[in-house]
Amino acid sequence: MSDHLEELRERISELDPTIYPLFSIEFGDAVIAVPLDDLLVTMHRLRELGFDRLGMVTAVDRPEFFVLVYRLHSRALSAGLFVKAKVHKEDPVAPSMFEVWPAADWQEREVFDLFGIDFEGHPDLKRIFLPDEFEGHPLRKDYDHPRVIRRPDYI
Amino acid sequence: MALVDRIGTSLERTPGGGIILTSVDALVDWSRGQSLWAMPMGTACCAMEFIAASFSKFDYDRLGTFPRPDPRHCDVMVLAGTITEKMKPAIQRLWDQMPEPKWAIAMGNCTVSGGIFYYDSYSVVRGADEFIPVDVYIAGCPPRPESLIDAVMQLRELVHEESIAPGKRRERNTKLPRSKAEANERMEAMRTPESDGPHAPAKVVNKEFPSDVIADEGGEV
Amino acid sequence: MTLEIESKEATHDTDGLPVEELVVNIGPSHPSTHGVGRVVVHLDGEVMTHVEPIVGYLHRGIEKMSENRTYLQVVPLTDRLDYVGSMYANWAYCRAVERLAGISVPERAEYLRVIVCELQRIASHMMALGSAAGDTGAATMFIYTFDERERIIEAFEELCGSRLTYNYVRPGGVSFDVPEGWLDNVLAFCAAHRDKLTEMDKLFFGNVIAKGRLKGIGVLSAEDAVAWGASGPVARGSGVNWDLRKHDTYSVYPRFDFDVPTGSNGDAYDRGRVRLFECYESCRIIEQAISQMTEGPVKTPLPRLLRPAPGEAYSHIESARGSLGVYVVSDGTPRPYRMHVRSPAFCNLALLKILAPGHMLADLVAVMGSLDPVFGEVDR
Ligand code: SF4
Repeated sequence: MSDHLEELRERISELDPTIYPLFSIEFGDAVIAVPLDDLLVTMHRLRELGFDRLGMVTAVDRPEFFVLVYRLHSRALSAGLFVKAKVHKEDPVAPSMFEVWPAADWQEREVFDLFGIDFEGHPDLKRIFLPDEFEGHPLRKDYDHPRVIRRPDYI
Repeated sequence: MALVDRIGTSLERTPGGGIILTSVDALVDWSRGQSLWAMPMGTACCAMEFIAASFSKFDYDRLGTFPRPDPRHCDVMVLAGTITEKMKPAIQRLWDQMPEPKWAIAMGNCTVSGGIFYYDSYSVVRGADEFIPVDVYIAGCPPRPESLIDAVMQLRELVHEESIAPGKRRERNTKLPRSKAEANERMEAMRTPESDGPHAPAKVVNKEFPSDVIADEGGEV
Repeated sequence: MTLEIESKEATHDTDGLPVEELVVNIGPSHPSTHGVGRVVVHLDGEVMTHVEPIVGYLHRGIEKMSENRTYLQVVPLTDRLDYVGSMYANWAYCRAVERLAGISVPERAEYLRVIVCELQRIASHMMALGSAAGDTGAATMFIYTFDERERIIEAFEELCGSRLTYNYVRPGGVSFDVPEGWLDNVLAFCAAHRDKLTEMDKLFFGNVIAKGRLKGIGVLSAEDAVAWGASGPVARGSGVNWDLRKHDTYSVYPRFDFDVPTGSNGDAYDRGRVRLFECYESCRIIEQAISQMTEGPVKTPLPRLLRPAPGEAYSHIESARGSLGVYVVSDGTPRPYRMHVRSPAFCNLALLKILAPGHMLADLVAVMGSLDPVFGEVDR
């Protein structure tokens, strides 16, 4: 497993030295942590490197910030890769990946719906799962609604 | 108002009409109960078991229950699957489009009480009886197709209890108890001598409830 | 949520006659939308000009719910995701938890997982083919395919006591070993199933009406398939040879000899046919797995409360609909901090709006059927 990741690290350092310093291995997965401002540029580069599939877009609500998580796959390099970027809680705006991979279309709408992160440049950003009049973004940790009954702790 | 209803009203007014009414009731209930066409309101996993029930192995067509995805043709709405807040208006509208007399079967825990999604979910409606008067509840996640067949048989018995005369109409229970005290009260109400058989709850459930529980049911039966 | 749709203004055609764009709403309760899908179609005459799928009618918040369950209690929730193929979500989630907590899985359990998942693939494809055929008018096909599915469901019931929500794959293995004689039954099923598949191929895909309805409908190019994140039979129908069992292999799949069927035209017909051929391959895998299997334990003993170290894990498997990924984040407590499901049906259904325009309204159900959405998984 780790051999594979080292190989990927080498390939990336050969192919694109600008991405290389961002590369790290976390919990047995290749991760590229990018500042939000460079996200779009880095994604364009990665796409040129051969990461032609955008597998997953999601977010994690950490206490101080949101983490945007992208999972990329490359058939040419036969590798998978995480790209992570931190998004501020006060002003949750991120660039849309729609122009890089159209696959981001619905998945970004989902993140917008459930986390309330705005994607700049998305062609049709609106709620996807929840009704338009729904208030709040349920996957945020601080989401609370009188309708929700919390499960009692049995364990 | 359908013809049968008019017959019912006038028979009730006629002196001695009660005797004829009983026979007419028997005929009408028999014919209604033998072909309960089902409107498949399949929203989630339970819909798979609903489909299974209508296919070769279980084949509930033989009970005269035929799935027909058109509200205007159906007598009974089978609510199979989780109902979300977003789906609720659509189901409500389909239910309103179904012509009287109509019945509803809540198939699966989700439509009974919210089931596995009762806790923590922000979008699931906890039980179809929040907005539709349900006649037969089937527990299970998902219930087996046989339970659906059983529910149809129980629904038939309910149908057979009905009368076309407005004065003899059965009141329907629409709500699950929302508190423990209410549930206990209802359990007491259900403990009548004739309700001790194995199928007791389904038969008696609609008869014995105190009227305040039934009060806010929309529309007539 | 309103069910109303705004209507469009009338325009004029070349002869000055008023032409009104017709907006048709299909669903959310429609027999051809495979559940609670809703599609708003803009029509010019009978030709679709703009198609917008609207999802979310089955959004149950499983991801949020799992944040308040222990790691083992999430397994039953994953059953309800893809209710046509429950085993996959079980497996994908369990693999993620195993990676997170460093749990090893006995070899026999891996083989059993492969067997049940390949059976599940057949069951799921039978459902997909049957309902797609039923939508396009071949109701007989549905009865044949459903019969085959029913046999597999019976086998699963014998194995784990449930017809639909199996909860069979658990972190650290599977819940039970197989009952006596079960594997022989499965082998007998596979042998009989091949003949049935050939029959179905002739019945439906050899039928001139089915060819007329499906060929050239909803053509997806290979580039689009990759760029839009399509996976599973939808991508393979367009000739994208991408199957996680082969190309990002997991479990004991490298030990089996099987092919990945791909289509060439990327139309609804090819996508359907790829599903049919995958069933043959699944039979092959099952037979090899049963012959290679050895005795042994099926479960690693685990504490009732898993407390993985803070970290995160992603695991994906090839489900009947495509690459199903589960992303689990742990913060060291007994409950997942975050659980996300990368749903193949969701990504594939997003293609509807580029595949359907240009075709007749009646072809919408053919395109939709060939994408095989399961709304439990689309909406989660
Ligand atoms: S009761 Fe269970 S099987 Fe039925 S819809 Fe609800 S979760 Fe699915």
